[in-house]
Formats: sequence, C-alpha cells, structure tokens
Amino acid sequence: MSKHIQPQLFDTNQEIEWCPGCGNFNILKALKRAFTELEKKPEELLLCSGIGQAAKLPHYINSNIYNGLHGRALPIATAAKIVNSELTVIAIGGDGDMYGEGGNHFIHTIRRNPNITMIAHDNQIYGLTKGQASPTSNFGMITKLQKHGVINRPFNPLSVAIGLNCSFVSRGFAGNIEQLTSILKKAILHKGFALVDILQPCVTFNKLNTYKWYQERVYNLDDEGHDPHDQQEAFRKSLEFGDKIPTGIFYENKENYLNTYEQNVGVDDQALTKKSDDSRDITALMLEFT
Amino acid sequence: MSVDFNIKIGGEAGQGLQTISSALAKTFLNGGYNVFVSHFFLSRIRGGHNFSEVRISDEQINSKKNSVDLLVALDAKSIEHHYDELNEGTVIVLDINSIESITKEADDASYFDVPFTDIAKDISGHKIYSNSVATGAIVGLLCYEFQYLADVLTRAFESKGDDIVQNNINAAKAGYDYAQENYATQCYHMVIPKDKTTNKILVTGNEAIGLGAISGGLQFLSAYPMSPSTGAMLYIADNADKFNIIVEQAEDEIAALNMAIGASFAGARSMVTTSGGGFALMAEALGLAGITETPVVIYLAQRPGPATGLPTMTEQGDLQFVINASQGEFPRCVLAPMNPKDAFYLTVKAFNIAAKYQIPVFLLGDQYLADSSFTVPIFDQDNIDVEHWVLSSEELDEIEEYKRYLITESGISPRALPGSSKHLVCADSDEHDEYGHIDQTIENRIKMNSKRLKKNEGLVKEIFPPLEYGSNDSDITFVGWGSTYGPIKEAVDTLTKKGYHVNMVHFNEVYPLPQETVTSILKDKNSLIAIENNATGQFTKLLYSETGIKISQSILRFDGLPFTADNIIGKLHDMEMI
Ligand SMILES: Cc1ncc(C[n+]2csc(CCOP(=O)(O)OP(=O)(O)O)c2C)c(N)n1
Ligand code: SF4
Repeated sequence: MSKHIQPQLFDTNQEIEWCPGCGNFNILKALKRAFTELEKKPEELLLCSGIGQAAKLPHYINSNIYNGLHGRALPIATAAKIVNSELTVIAIGGDGDMYGEGGNHFIHTIRRNPNITMIAHDNQIYGLTKGQASPTSNFGMITKLQKHGVINRPFNPLSVAIGLNCSFVSRGFAGNIEQLTSILKKAILHKGFALVDILQPCVTFNKLNTYKWYQERVYNLDDEGHDPHDQQEAFRKSLEFGDKIPTGIFYENKENYLNTYEQNVGVDDQALTKKSDDSRDITALMLEFT
Repeated sequence: MSVDFNIKIGGEAGQGLQTISSALAKTFLNGGYNVFVSHFFLSRIRGGHNFSEVRISDEQINSKKNSVDLLVALDAKSIEHHYDELNEGTVIVLDINSIESITKEADDASYFDVPFTDIAKDISGHKIYSNSVATGAIVGLLCYEFQYLADVLTRAFESKGDDIVQNNINAAKAGYDYAQENYATQCYHMVIPKDKTTNKILVTGNEAIGLGAISGGLQFLSAYPMSPSTGAMLYIADNADKFNIIVEQAEDEIAALNMAIGASFAGARSMVTTSGGGFALMAEALGLAGITETPVVIYLAQRPGPATGLPTMTEQGDLQFVINASQGEFPRCVLAPMNPKDAFYLTVKAFNIAAKYQIPVFLLGDQYLADSSFTVPIFDQDNIDVEHWVLSSEELDEIEEYKRYLITESGISPRALPGSSKHLVCADSDEHDEYGHIDQTIENRIKMNSKRLKKNEGLVKEIFPPLEYGSNDSDITFVGWGSTYGPIKEAVDTLTKKGYHVNMVHFNEVYPLPQETVTSILKDKNSLIAIENNATGQFTKLLYSETGIKISQSILRFDGLPFTADNIIGKLHDMEMI
C-alpha cells in the first residue's frame, strides 16, 4: 500500500443507510481499498450510479459523484468519460438498476466499450423497494410479490456480456474482500468496458441467497487454472450457477484490447473540454448554402 | 415587374424531386431571388405521391403559396392531385412517354411535353440524367440565364468527377434548348437574374439549428434518429470532425438525454435532437437535468401525434407537453424559432441560457421549419458569444470549500467541473443538500426547491418580448408563435395591401412568458385571433395561464400541413372578419 495515500482519504461523513450486515459494506470496503492501492486521488474519480440501495454507494466514497436516475448510470458514465477521459469513471448499481431498468444500456454500453468499470451489486432482489424479484432472482424464489415463486428465468449478465465479446467480465463475492479488491483493481486498470458482477447478500429481503448459501457454492476460477482469454470456455463457465458458482475473472478480451469508445472517437489522449475552442468560424459552412 | 412564381414538382418517392427542387432553388437564389422550398413526403422510401415546391419571389418569403404557376409532373398523380391548384394557363411540364395515363382532361395547350428520358439518353447516355433535363427545361421556360444552373450543377456534382458534371450540364442544356425551341412563345414566363452578389443563403430549419449549435459551442450531441429532427443531427455529424464535436447515436432516447446530461456534467456543451415521441422517453431525464441543475439543450422538431402520428408532416402539438413534462417543478425555457434565421440565433441563445441558469432549454421547431428551405441573410457571427458560466481552475483554487448547490441570491450556484480542481463535485437526482448529498429533511427540501425555482426570476428577464408587425392601429391582431411567422406575416402584408388594418404579435420565446411586457403589448389590441398549427390552441392556453389574457377567436390547423397566407385569409372570410 502507498505510504502517501491513506484509506481514510475516501471516507465521507455521510450516514450510511444500509442494514447492518448487508453485503454492501464489504463492497464499499473493497472499493476503497482498490482505490487506495491504485493510488487514486478523490478528484480523479467519478462515481456514477442509478437508484437503489447499492446506488447510494457513491455518497460513501469521497469522490466526484453523479447519482442519477434508476437504470441510467451507464449512459451518464459513458458520456462523462468521453468528455473527460482523464477521469476514472465507475458506474454502480443494483441488479434491478443495471440489468432490469437499465438493461438496454447494459447491452449497448458493452458494444460501445468505453473505458469504464461497471459494478453491479447483485443481491438477486429489489432492496430499496422492499423485496420484489429482480432480473437475477432464482427461478421459483418466493417473494412478497411473487407469491407463487418467480416464473421468469434469471437473466445471466455474464453470459450476455461474454456473448457480446465484452472486454472484461468478472464476478466477485461480497464475502471475500481480498479477492474482490483484486478483481476491482484489475477491472479499473483494464482498458475498456469492465463488468464486475458482485454476489451480495441482502440480509433483510433475500432469505434464499444468504452468505451461507453463497459461501457453500462459490469457488475461484484461478484455482482451476481458467484461461480468461478463451471466450468459449468463459461462456461455458458463465452458465454454471447452481451447486457451484464460479468467481474471478471469466473473460478478458484477447487483443488487449478492442479499441475503446474514446479511442474510436479520438479523444482518449485529452479531455474534449480542453480541445474545443470557442471561436468557431462557420463562414465556409454557410457558403455551401449558396 | 414583380415576381412571385410557384413551381410544383410531383412524383413518387425515389424519383429525385429533391434533386430537382434543390437545383432550381439555388439557381434562382444565386440570381438574387428569395426562394422558399417546401416538401410533402410520405413516410416511405419508394412509391406513393410526393411533391416539392419552389417558390421564387423578390419579396422576403417564409411560406408556401396555394396556387401553382408551373407544374412538373413526374407521375400521373401529380396532375390528378394538383389540378385544382393550377392557375389559368398554368403549364404542366411532363414526359408523356414515362407517364402511364392522364385522367384529367386538360386544355391541350397547358401540357408541354419534354422527352426527359430520351434527351437524357441521347445527350448523356443514360436516363439518370433525366432530372437534369427536366431542371434545364424549367429554367428554359422561364428564359432565365442558363449559366446559373450550370454553376449549381458543377458544384453539386464536383465530387463525382468532371465527366458526371459535364453529363449533367449537357443534359440540362439540352432540356433548356428543347424548351426554348418548342414552347410556342419561347418564354412561358420571364424571370431575369437581379443581383449576383447576394449575401443570402438557402437553409432549412434543421441546418440553421445545426449551424447555430456549432457556432454556439456544441461539443456533444447524442440522439436517436426520428423525423423530422434527424436532419439537424445529420448536419452536425457531417461537420463534427472539423470542430471536435462528438455525435453519438444512442440506443434509445432515454440514453440520449442521459448521455447529454452526463457529458454536460463533465463539461461539454450538450444537446439532443428528437421529436415528440422520442421526447416522451426523455421526460424523466428532463427532470434529472432540472434537479441536478445540469445545462442541456433539447431540440424537439414536432410532428403530428399522438404516438407515431404522421411522421413526415407538421404540427405545433407538443407545446403543453414540453412545458409540463416530467414530475416535479423546476425551471425550464422554451424557444420556438420563427424561421431559420431566428433558429440560428435562438440556438446560440439556448446554449447560453442553459449554461447560465443550469437548466434544460428547448428549441421547439416543427417539420415545416425543419425541412423547408428558406432564403435568409448570411448569419452574422460577430455577435456570437459562447458563455460557459463555469468556474475556472484558478477560481476554484481560491475557494476554501466548494458546494455544488450553494444557496445564492439568484438561485444559481457557481458551477465546477469534476476533475478540474481538488474540489469534488457531487450531483444527485435525490433531493440533496448544498454538497449534493442525499438529504430528505423537510427544511432542506423547502430550501432546495425554492433555490431552483428562484432561477425563474432571472430567467424570465432573458426572454425577449414578442415581435410586433403591421399597422399600429388595427382592427385585427393575429397572435402566433414559432414557425407560423411566415404565413401570418404574409397574410398581414396581403391584407394591408388590400386596405385592411391588421397586424401581428408573434412569440418566438414562449416560456417563461414575461407577464408585464406581454400584457402591455396585448391589452389594448382589438380583436385578437390566435393562429396555431394544432387543434386545441395550446399557446392560447399558455398565454391565459401565464398572463390572464384570453383570446377567444382562433384559426387552428391540424391536418398535418402548414399554414399559407391564403388559408388564413380564407378563414377570416369564413369568420366574416373581413
Ligand atoms: C423510474 C423508476 N422506477 C422505479 C423506481 C423505484 N425503484 C427504486 S430502486 C428500485 C429497484 C431496486 O433494486 P436494485 O436495483 O436491485 O437495487 P438494491 O436496492 O437491491 O440495491 C426500484 C424499483 C425508481 N426509483 N425509478
Ligand atoms: S435491504 Fe438488503 S441490500 Fe438493501 S441495505 Fe438492507 S440488506 Fe442491504
């Protein structure tokens, strides 16, 4: 750890609105640790989020923040990054936020490939609205609203991302801060769109996918010698979600990597705001209209 | 002799009506005329019946004319559909060989057959040049100097190589000569070039908004294509590289406005282009711009709704929608350009107001303004000021503690950009405290909501009074807004010439309305008549709710078509006002 930058650098005095024991606390801890170890400064960071319990996280990290609308963290984050590529931009939200309300942006941001990190606190439930099913809820799970059990098949964010040749696809577990910190660091350092889906126990509303439930199932892909450059294998691994649940880095795009959105637009070297000048002469354009 | 000549070109989609109308328009523009070009298109790529009109005048014109002085029929429907619009003796130019059957019994003398296709094949070796033959024939019938057309064709086809240029010119010249040799009196109507050094340009509303955006400092545009706004996006995209502008085609309109807001938060002057349906999807993000106090410009080109409505036609049906869209209460501004000249300057103003008040600003246009080409004086760039209203790094260095939503007298909090200094910038769509962090306390809510609404006080002072035109003491005053300016003004001119006392008050900055100014202008006028391109008089309602002024008579049009002066005058007759 750097001697100059202390973890407290990222602390805020905001009162944290999460339930005691919620997986979100560990995600917050891991993220602060990742920033610290990467020697980030608060003013270099922009944390964008949607709405939900998870989406409150930016308020708890001393940084620039844009806490926008439910489901819309990705378009905000993408555009902020393209305008100021010098910022380290992270988009944060819950599974409902990122995969439900914001599902279309999830798909298309992967295609666009901005150099940002997306963190989905995947608690397989809607927390803030008090316990309805989310896109990732287990089939058959009973909730207050889905009294006969969830009848939709769960959305698999990792398979979708790998299928779209997303440049970085990973899964962490809120119960393993060490591993999560290391994944987050790699995701942030990765050049291109990086997905970090995090299994996050919701102790209040999700009585099915508990710490224990996850702990009994998770294993680290590294332990199996998984090759993250093998898309087919990554896809196969992404389908595994039952008795065993893989965590770690599933897929990293081989060519290291696809051109980023900023590269494709030609603004990866300098903030757009520094490039544009105000004295634009449109005389030549007007003459085309004669 | 004064010139006011209306050429209508009818045919199927894909037959090149726009190529002909655009070449004709520039040919006459460059000879010193005012030209107005409008189009009627169905939402399809091939077939159907479409038409374009080119009106040539030595007066400033901003509108269509009902009667047709020369009809170019590329299909049989052109004759069936427009026969009633023809003046006595109007010539119909056509290529008999390429039209299946003519059902209208017309005076033989009014048909002038020009074998467009045969001439094209003969002279330039391919029928693709037949539109140039037709264009040449029209210019020939008007005995206008051919060189103007040759110059226009040269510029239009330059990029395709000398051969193509020459083939087009040859084809046009052959059409021109054919007309002069075969038309009974050689000239159907004389139009003589006037002034070669005009400072005029021919632009559509979409292009003018594009030019205004570029000139006004636009840096980021995100949009999802939707007629009739797409032209503005395309125009800006065509020129984006020259000015370091990013143009992003978003996955949907929700993303489009959220992206524009994200870009603006990071420091770029941002804009979206859309139509009513797309804006419906943006409603939530409009409020996001409102509560996070992020500047953004929304260009909304209206078309008739609801839902898909009539994609290629015109209406002023979304005014109440944009004023009321999104939950909650927050300041916004709506500018409704009268014509492309106005659109250019209002676009610049929209960006500056958005930046100064940190609010969403609308440019509310419509298909008529968006797609029609108007002759306007070249835009004056001397007075263009790009105002950023952002704290510089140096200013920020001197600040001890930065609060994004600092409570101030004006309601405007000094704006910093994330990453521009050691100060952190926090924005939140939740109700927030001065730092931008969630705060759900009652005292804070009252403070923050009041702060945002306080900006209205300054904002309303930025709004220019409506434009007044016509005689001072008048029996009738037309009240209009936005793109109906052209037809209303022409109606005022025509009626004045006939000895009537009419004038107009026209609004191009429609929200918020400066109550006192507006009241003082309207209160003593006799017989106010609202003219709106919608069915329910949306501006009339706005005027009443904002100022208490009630207009009880109206001329409304909601058939998808724009007004003409003739429509307005006709309606006045029906109402027995004249
Ligand atoms: C447009 C819109 N629809 C609905 C809501 C209500 N809402 C807020 S958060 C949320 C879902 C929360 O679930 P998730 O995103 O998984 O986050 P969590 O609270 O579990 O962290 C919903 C439905 C909203 N704020 N905005
Ligand atoms: S409701 Fe669930 S997800 Fe939200 S804070 Fe409580 S435990 Fe965490």
